Amino acid sequence: MAPQRAGGTPASIGHLLSAKEIVIACGPGGVGKTTTAAAVATMAAAEHGGRVLVLTVDPARRLADALGLKGIGNQEVRIDDAVFKQAGITPRGELWAAMLDTKQSWDDLIRRHAPDAATREKILANPLYQNISGRFVQSHDYIAMERLYEIHSEGKYDLIVVDTPPTRNALDFLDAPQRLADFFSSRLLRWLIAPYRSRLVNVATRPFYTVADRILGTQFLADISEFFILFQSMYEGFVTRSDAVTRLLSDRRTTFMVVSTLEATPLREAEFFSSELTARDLHLGAIVLNKVLPDYLRDSATARLAQRMAEQVDTLGDGLTDDPVVAARVLREVAESFMHFGVVARREAEQQNELKGAPDILVTVPFFDADIYDITGLIRLGQQVWD
Amino acid sequence: MNPPGPDLLALKLVFVTGKGGVGKTTVAAALAQLAAENGRSVLACEVDAKGDLAALFEAAPTDFVPREIAPGVASMSMDTEASLREYLKLHLRIPVVGRIGPLAKAFDFVATAAPGVREILTVGKLCYEVRERHYDLVVVDAPASGHIIGQLAAPQAINSLVKVGLIRNQTDWMLDILSDAGQTGLIAVTTPEEMPVNETLELTARVKEETTVRLSAVVVNRVLPELFGQREEEVFEQLRQANAEALLSERAKGSVAPVFEAARLAVTLRRTEAGHLQRLQAGLPPDLPVLLLPELFTRTHGVRTTHQMAQALGEELGH
Repeated sequence: MAPQRAGGTPASIGHLLSAKEIVIACGPGGVGKTTTAAAVATMAAAEHGGRVLVLTVDPARRLADALGLKGIGNQEVRIDDAVFKQAGITPRGELWAAMLDTKQSWDDLIRRHAPDAATREKILANPLYQNISGRFVQSHDYIAMERLYEIHSEGKYDLIVVDTPPTRNALDFLDAPQRLADFFSSRLLRWLIAPYRSRLVNVATRPFYTVADRILGTQFLADISEFFILFQSMYEGFVTRSDAVTRLLSDRRTTFMVVSTLEATPLREAEFFSSELTARDLHLGAIVLNKVLPDYLRDSATARLAQRMAEQVDTLGDGLTDDPVVAARVLREVAESFMHFGVVARREAEQQNELKGAPDILVTVPFFDADIYDITGLIRLGQQVWD
Repeated sequence: MNPPGPDLLALKLVFVTGKGGVGKTTVAAALAQLAAENGRSVLACEVDAKGDLAALFEAAPTDFVPREIAPGVASMSMDTEASLREYLKLHLRIPVVGRIGPLAKAFDFVATAAPGVREILTVGKLCYEVRERHYDLVVVDAPASGHIIGQLAAPQAINSLVKVGLIRNQTDWMLDILSDAGQTGLIAVTTPEEMPVNETLELTARVKEETTVRLSAVVVNRVLPELFGQREEEVFEQLRQANAEALLSERAKGSVAPVFEAARLAVTLRRTEAGHLQRLQAGLPPDLPVLLLPELFTRTHGVRTTHQMAQALGEELGH
């Protein structure tokens, strides 16, 4: 049952998404973030209509396969209506999907910002650049937000659902645009790209270069300098751009959907994340709690019954099966198992109660027996969180 | 069923990695605890510096200077700037700390531009602890599997970027330590679920192709107990017949239906897990040990869990 909000409208993800253009799914790893993002995007396409894009990072292969997304990359592709039909649904709108290709996105960014062809080619060929774009972890964070901005400004979609990359720190991608801007406007960067001769003349910075030379070697420093000089030519473009990305994240049309499970560690991270979003004045729209165990596991009368069963296994099954020894074993296992899961279910329910600073929309998704790997599964999950 | 456990405790440096949320830190803590119980002096190093590792021993968060957090277990948190300071002190004998300040800051930027620099300071510190034999075993709560490759491959990356200079000279001995399967190992932690298993299989391939470190074992965490064998399953079905269930409910003085429903759920979950486990086994080299750690229903973190996991790990390893 959806909670009522001031103004009498029910708090639901369906309502939330009808008011937003960008939903950023974030939270700890391993909680079903990608699947949840795909599920709400699917629901939005099916029920709200319009063009909905899910920008994903690393979907489970089976899910990608089932949606016909094999081998997709930066280019958005439309999910075939036939895929919906198989699930007995005629969507009102269109569902599109794209995967984040970090390297490709960086190359595109350089192409856009490079002042001329020569600079562009030099940067693309620079070994340091190749390192940054290909392997550098934080570049992933930045480029996800950059891609989001790019796609949003093209104006092709009514709703964009973003699945955030797994980060060392769930907040890295929020800070990435600002960090990049800081990086380009820093004094230290200017030091690094100062011509070699003037460095040795400058008394203040001389010790720094002497030491840096000894550690890194002159050639490497020269390589770095060249790289930064090239990048410097794109300074304005980059800073303007990352400011725009930062603005987009705090726009009223953007909301954050924190995804977690009720396990202690992910929940603590989700809680931390929620409080940080609020502290940054970003819109925390909803918390989705996945893999919630069924209510009946918490029933204390049943727990006592299970305990009685465990105590009477030798007589309880008398005459009911062809093998009393095995029956006793089965009854013990069954009773023990109930008590095991009962403890987990109770702990998790308690942890949900202790959740601090939760938004109006807090939805739970039951534990599904099987992994979700097709549109039917996505819709089933989506319906759980929608109304 | 599994080949005899590898002698993880005989190694000098063990990196523990895995997809976020699979219990990588718990396994690192359990390994440190187990090694300490077996008389080793252990340094447990947290690379992501969230303070979770120390919390698993009920200790306050650690910093760059190792501190004993349990008998036989010292712990530290990696801090690349502190690592740089230590490095400079050891190798350059820079007298004035004030000059290191801006340098460290600048280094931050250089590290941003040249991946591998930050990683080399991390790996460098760890290898340094191994080389100096300050501890019998260094256990690293390493970055998640997406990032561990960059760290383990850092010495090669630096080798290819930096042709001369002090750092270059330093990478060779690090590579010696990292490439020695008798000294250094990697443990990939996973859970019996789809995505973690996929990631583990990908990691296995990448470790082999892109690093010189050997994967020592895969640890599967939170494995549910096998509820029934085939015979039990048949008997369970007999007990679930309407009349049998009704009689049971009468005898137990309450409806057993939810208890049976929970058992059915447990069996389904276990079966899904078994499928992923099978897929994992099939995709790994046959001689790579796969260690199973049970789902602990009662508690999920804290020193109690660390001790239970250490015991379970010890049993799997034959200690």
